[in-house]
Amino acid sequence: MTGRTLFDKLWDDHVVADLGDGVALLHVDRHLLHDLGSSSAFHDLERRGLVLRNPELHFATADHVVSSATGRTGGVADWADRHIAGLREGCRRWGVRLADVTDATQGIVHVVAPELGISQPGMLVVCGDSHASTNGALGALAWGIGTSELVHVMATQTVLARRPQRMRITFDGRLSRGVEPKDLALALIGRIGAAGGRGYAVEYAGEAVRAMSMDGRMTLCNLTIELGGRIGLVGPDDATFGYLEGRPFAPRGAHWERALDAWRALPTDADAVFDHEVAFDAGAVTPQITWGTSPAHTIGLGERIPDPAACADPSERQAMTAALDYMGLAPGRPVAGTRIDRVFIGSCTNSRLSDLERAAAVVRGRRVAPGVVAWVVPGSQLVKRAAEARGLDRAFREAGFEWREPGCSLCVGANGDMVAPGERCVSTSNRNFVGRQGPGARTHLASPAVAAACALAGEIIGALPETAA
Amino acid sequence: MSIEKLVVVEGVAAPLALANVDTDMIIRIERLAKLPRADLGRYAFEPLRYRADGSEDPAFVLNRQPFRDARILVAGANFGCGSSREMAVWAIAGLGIRVIVAPSFGEIFFANCFQNGVLPVVLPAPTVARIASRLEAEPAAAHMTVDLERCEICTDWGETLAFAVESLRRRMLLEGADELELTLAREPEIAAFQARDRERRPWVYGNG
Ligand code: SF4
Repeated sequence: MTGRTLFDKLWDDHVVADLGDGVALLHVDRHLLHDLGSSSAFHDLERRGLVLRNPELHFATADHVVSSATGRTGGVADWADRHIAGLREGCRRWGVRLADVTDATQGIVHVVAPELGISQPGMLVVCGDSHASTNGALGALAWGIGTSELVHVMATQTVLARRPQRMRITFDGRLSRGVEPKDLALALIGRIGAAGGRGYAVEYAGEAVRAMSMDGRMTLCNLTIELGGRIGLVGPDDATFGYLEGRPFAPRGAHWERALDAWRALPTDADAVFDHEVAFDAGAVTPQITWGTSPAHTIGLGERIPDPAACADPSERQAMTAALDYMGLAPGRPVAGTRIDRVFIGSCTNSRLSDLERAAAVVRGRRVAPGVVAWVVPGSQLVKRAAEARGLDRAFREAGFEWREPGCSLCVGANGDMVAPGERCVSTSNRNFVGRQGPGARTHLASPAVAAACALAGEIIGALPETAA
Repeated sequence: MSIEKLVVVEGVAAPLALANVDTDMIIRIERLAKLPRADLGRYAFEPLRYRADGSEDPAFVLNRQPFRDARILVAGANFGCGSSREMAVWAIAGLGIRVIVAPSFGEIFFANCFQNGVLPVVLPAPTVARIASRLEAEPAAAHMTVDLERCEICTDWGETLAFAVESLRRRMLLEGADELELTLAREPEIAAFQARDRERRPWVYGNG
């Protein structure tokens, strides 16, 4: 018998019923709820007269519609507060643990679940947000689902799924100094496309991944959805176990020992076969910035904006032309030197402690350029407090950044935080889609160090300053 | 509880041959957060459909005749990529569209379609591109019949295109059956799985 991949083991471990044609009913170990969509799912559950089957396997937090303003107690408008109230009411009614707006463990759902030890290796995790793939960094099978499926999970603790194919992306070499997992992910998407991972569960392997912190692995798995894949995975190793040990919801005592035994058997067997393999030279990646409206529209900081005329595929060409028009950029020009209005350091992609540390190292003792509005929105209350204990908040504030309250904030424009029409924002989030940060907003995706350096320069930089390397 | 059945869809087909139309483009987060499901259709494709002053952009396909009344959308590659928001499907369905033909789809969007009685059809990219340009060039012939029973699309110009749909999903659309109803009937299997699993992986169920 040939070996199995990490994905195969995870899938097989959760099959409640095989429905044929590659479709299976799978057991859900963790359902992560947030404040956008949960309220309507609770409502549907009730309307259908159903019961939330296993409340102890559901965990909720408020992140999407909460304000990130200092002193906030909820959303910035009635409609936002209605979503939060609906989440609160559903959680109370069914006994689901909720990290409410003012709770010490509140934060972005994909930051909170790993840092509290709620998601663990070997688990099947779903969430009504596509960046659930983040949890795959721990060796969990995790993906985003829609509202109908939320109700399905609440009522049955299962999800109906189609077995994806398996892809392994092996990163050779190590990241150069100043190059971050964000750059690696963007460069990868740039090469294989925003649909390059579609239909696959993607496992990341190779030296660069082994050397990566858990925060970095989360950034990588987070961006799998921008590669078109629903599932990103990293085989659990000692770094994973070390990260989890002692976290509030991690197994303890005898459970910890048993869990460790089980987790050590999860990584892909040496003789396992993938449906598709990609080799990618991590050592060659340089700091990236996106120029268009798809994460695949990425280039190195020092490069020129591509010319749609050189693109062979007509619909791709049309999309590139539309993107340049929306972004107010001309083909063939260097992206560096483009004036910016805003900088956002935050989101479930890049708002963890190590992200903030790298950005703070760039800004310490310097000043944000006049006219640029720069924000740091920590991913969670725990991140925020840890950062404050290290004085990062002071470094940011003294440089002229705003230090705000945890939440999705400017990643999504659903909480009052928006980039004004026509304004240009360098953002550490994950989507540069048309209107993502607000109608008419122009988004350039980048790493925390690049975003911080752009804030100081007031424009897109051509190379990272020494402090970031 | 059930979804709206889909057997045969006949009507105007509109070409939207743009690659990577994402869920933010299909429905803005603020709209879906603020409005009830029934009102989302008005805001489908908002950044493409309306100009900055709120007026309709006459150049956008769904603002033109006969495409305003489209029931079928012929779209570009990776259609519906991005977020898990099911409201993207609700918004498109709110326009009266029941079938979307594209070379490929965002995966979660694809799954969400079936939950809401919308049929996503995958055809080869050159075929989709050819149909889209013909619709654009000959709006008078922009009428199609999509037959899920036979898994065939018939165009006004006499072409028949076969497509494939996974059998379970096809059956559910044809019958208007609901995934949840089917799973609820499997409660004994779920209980048995959990009983076994609690022995095998007790830590998953709590730190007792
Ligand atoms: S930060 Fe952005 S991508 Fe992440 S959960 Fe929030 S809205 Fe989704």
